Amino acid sequence: MSVSQAIAAGDVALLPSRRDEDWRWTDLRGLIRAMPPVSPASERRFEAGAFGDGDVLMVNGVVRGDVEALIVPAGERRTVRLRVIADTSHTAHGADLSVSVGEAGELTLLESYEGLGEGYLTETRLNLSVDAGGRLERIVLAADAADAVAVSTATVVLAKGARFEQTTLTTGARRQRLETRIAHPGEGATVRMDAGYLLDGQRHADLTTAVAHEGVGGETSQLTKGIVRDQARGVFQGRIVVEKGADKTDARMGHHALILSEKAEIDAKPELLIYADDVSCAHGNTIGALDEDALFYARQRGIPDAQARAMLAEAFVGEVVDRIANDEARDVARQWVATHLGAV
Amino acid sequence: MLSINNLRASVEDKEILKGLTLDVPAGEVHAIMGPNGAGKSTLSYVLSGRGGYEVTDGSATLNGEDLLALEPDERAAKGVFLSFQYPLEIPGVPALTFLRTALNAQRKARGEDEIAAPAFLKLVREKAAELKIDFDMLKRSLNVGFSGGEKKRMEILQMAILQPKLLILDETDSGLDIDALRIVSEGVNAMRAPDRAMLVITHYQRLLDHIKPDRVHVLSAGRIVASGGPELALQLEAEGYDKYASAA
Repeated sequence: MSVSQAIAAGDVALLPSRRDEDWRWTDLRGLIRAMPPVSPASERRFEAGAFGDGDVLMVNGVVRGDVEALIVPAGERRTVRLRVIADTSHTAHGADLSVSVGEAGELTLLESYEGLGEGYLTETRLNLSVDAGGRLERIVLAADAADAVAVSTATVVLAKGARFEQTTLTTGARRQRLETRIAHPGEGATVRMDAGYLLDGQRHADLTTAVAHEGVGGETSQLTKGIVRDQARGVFQGRIVVEKGADKTDARMGHHALILSEKAEIDAKPELLIYADDVSCAHGNTIGALDEDALFYARQRGIPDAQARAMLAEAFVGEVVDRIANDEARDVARQWVATHLGAV
Repeated sequence: MLSINNLRASVEDKEILKGLTLDVPAGEVHAIMGPNGAGKSTLSYVLSGRGGYEVTDGSATLNGEDLLALEPDERAAKGVFLSFQYPLEIPGVPALTFLRTALNAQRKARGEDEIAAPAFLKLVREKAAELKIDFDMLKRSLNVGFSGGEKKRMEILQMAILQPKLLILDETDSGLDIDALRIVSEGVNAMRAPDRAMLVITHYQRLLDHIKPDRVHVLSAGRIVASGGPELALQLEAEGYDKYASAA
């Protein structure tokens, strides 16, 4: 069951539903009564996105130009701005793209999801691979329409000694799911996988991740932070599996969220499944309100209520932004968070 | 400058301040001493506008202006500064950012121009050096991982930058060793000025060896029950608060 299959078949019965354990908090089958028609092609030129003009554009499910895959040859270093644009309303589309980084190559992937229409249904599937000694840093800024249903799934395969870093920042959608699945070989490969969600209104964001440690000596560091208000709903499902024999694995997962109103909701399911013996694994999960004492402290120093709240919220998510390695992307991300928190 | 008249305040329907009257003229330092539970911290929070405290009667004015009608940040812009007994940690907000945000917010509220970055940095470097604060520490999140002494010095630095009219020091000596106490006291003493009033709230006389008050008041059961010169503090240290418990 997947959104792409449902779109291809025009059959809502193929959409994931709450009966699927993995989708129980992001029920699409219950939300979508009839399958929307397939999205039309769009030839429009677009204004600059969060990362600028873009090197590769996927518009309404079609990759523009002759791009079949993004390939960084061995030993080379690239920065690619990938824009995934929904320039349509009340229609559906899906798209696939493969991204591969050759041996000792480096890619900074600046990925933006831009919803220009309303009520669209999309699935974007990325297949990412990093060869031995290669490095991929992926920074995702997701700004979907408030009433859209958008799913993005990244499947990541790493070779020995590869480094994968990911930071996903999102404002959610009517239903939005950003999913990452990583096959982690150990053997000196390292993963940093972070996310931040800023949700208001009736927006919903589901950050689902799964990392499978299959070899000795792998590292994973994961930090997700979220802020929800109004009737928004944040979902975090993080799973780290340490397979038998994947000794010396070092895996850390943290999910921390602030709930700023009574009707907002967070559903969190951090999971560590450990079948190896000699490992170092930890997870932490906290959900709370904005620290009223810190808020009063800031106000006592002269900072007005709204400004103090925004400052504390920005600082809360800032920890995720600070971990972005690429300087330019970190600045863009920080500005993006500040802009969207102004609205939240 | 600060004028409190018959102030009554409650927390969750329990009356803590029961008709407190106090005047602190400009240029003077007044100490408030009293046993635990007398209402010392409540007084500092009511004056600074913390939520959860209900004023049921009386008034508090600063230079004739009604403080109690203002939001906490508006009071700050009018010159009220509360030095916290336990300064808060603000993860993710560098001390410098916090200071500049606070200073500019106050200036904006007073209709003044924001301070330019170079002038701000010069000011902070100067004041930090006086307080023996390593400038690099100001690039770290405010108070996160700071020792008790460092946090109190950060409070003094904030005062020195914000230049308030009314300083309220709530148990500033708690958690300080002798050296830190001396540095913090020197910082506070440097703030003494003809147009500034200070309210020093403390349980022990020790702090008043370093910050010499003009007047000492005994707060017991929500009211000022005795007032006198600096010698009153010494007397309290020797005799304790027992006799005022019955007076209240």
